Amino acid sequence: MRYSLVSLIGQAFTGNRGWAPAWRRPEPKQHYDVVIVGGGGHGLATAYYLAMEHGITDVAVVEKGYLGSGNVGRNTTIVRSNYLLPGNIPFYEWSMKLWESLEQELNFNVMVSQRGVLNLFHSDGQRNAFVRRGNAMRLHGVDAELLDREDVRALLPFADYDNARFPILGGLLQRRGGTVRHDAVAWGYARAASALGVDIIENCEVTGIRTSNGRAEGVETTRGFIGADKLALSCAGNTSRVAAMAGLRLPIESHVMQAFVSEGLKPLIDNVVTFGAGHFYVSQSDKGGLVFGGDIDGYNSYAQRGGLPVAEDVVAGALALFPNLGRLRILRNWGGIVDMSMDGSPIIDKTPIGGLYLNGAWNYGGFKATPAAGWCFAHLITHDESHDAATAYRLDRFARGALIDEKGAGAQPNLH
Amino acid sequence: MRIKCPYCGERDAEEFSYLGAAGLERPDPESAGAAEAFYEYVYLRNNQAGPLDELWQHNAGCRSWLVVRRDTRNHEIFSVTYAFGTPQDAT
Repeated sequence: MRYSLVSLIGQAFTGNRGWAPAWRRPEPKQHYDVVIVGGGGHGLATAYYLAMEHGITDVAVVEKGYLGSGNVGRNTTIVRSNYLLPGNIPFYEWSMKLWESLEQELNFNVMVSQRGVLNLFHSDGQRNAFVRRGNAMRLHGVDAELLDREDVRALLPFADYDNARFPILGGLLQRRGGTVRHDAVAWGYARAASALGVDIIENCEVTGIRTSNGRAEGVETTRGFIGADKLALSCAGNTSRVAAMAGLRLPIESHVMQAFVSEGLKPLIDNVVTFGAGHFYVSQSDKGGLVFGGDIDGYNSYAQRGGLPVAEDVVAGALALFPNLGRLRILRNWGGIVDMSMDGSPIIDKTPIGGLYLNGAWNYGGFKATPAAGWCFAHLITHDESHDAATAYRLDRFARGALIDEKGAGAQPNLH
Repeated sequence: MRIKCPYCGERDAEEFSYLGAAGLERPDPESAGAAEAFYEYVYLRNNQAGPLDELWQHNAGCRSWLVVRRDTRNHEIFSVTYAFGTPQDAT
């Protein structure tokens, strides 16, 4: 069923009784051409682009919970392409371009809001680093604007400009960046993929990977064995656990990342804003709540909840930037498990096991990558070679020394 | 989370800094296959969900390096021991 103004008006006059479920709920078949492990944004996007761009429709997406229960529903919804390194910029810019046309592509309102992403700087050295980043972006055709203190004051008149320790000197603004409603992305891709014939199988946890002669043959699941010619892992957060079922050891640690939402306010913060002197970023949802977050907790974790020290650190950052938030109450906070890789960058590649493909290690930045990750992973699965935008995201780059370390922190995942 | 330092007693985890999995042996750079061994040592991790031996340093206390055995699913701590000897050994 195509969503349109006509369908909306038609349903309004018939009591909204004619809406069909957005995706089918099929029983798993015994065998598929491609089985994707993980029904998050990336897995569903991969399934959609396999069907839409490559004509491969005999595809199953297996998800251990319900759609949107993992990181696609736990992030802070920010999309941007303000990267520095050559391996990253083209990929994230391709993702940004796909976001810009995603609603028309999927016929689904994912609430893409290009409200601008503003990274504030607070020292001369940080300004230099941001100028360099902005120039790198513009050389790759990505929009970037350097704002001085008065430009920032026009956007954020209520920030603390008298902070002697962390003065706001200006910011780097990417106007095309912004937010997207995250769970609608999962629903939109699921609906579009399902309509093209992809089977989405929820409440189906993978418990083992069957291999024979160095080739993946399928997955053991809580709903029985499902055979596959090609098996694609798209389960960031748990990539190490699932890959271990096939005997793989990866350059990844799992960490918990917290996010917070406040009580609703009238419109206050128009953009996505990041504090440069601590780790704090914030945007305001359409319901009025401030959605914000900061650092990962810093030690390996598979618990989908965080600790109070990081919560305190995030709130301290918020108050250093916006003292007027001091009496705001936090409604909820939660945690998501992220794959932290050894260089802070992702992996989209084949594995040493035949027919087993890997998309993971998204660190704390997987949501913004959703369309391009799906696009490039589908390309890899179809053609057995990397898409042009993802050639740097090879699994063997660690052995080759070809790291993509945006932060320059070295092989220490809790510092990226 | 609270960690029971064998020297200082039970303290908030904020006093400690985290390095990662314990028990990784630095390879001999002169050995055959050292490049592959260093790749595994520097980059590859088991990253298991469950009990994990990991290195913490009690920065805001006795500065000892500790091996903490902790369940990564619920942060239950099973044991805390010195990684490289007691603080007195260092003086």
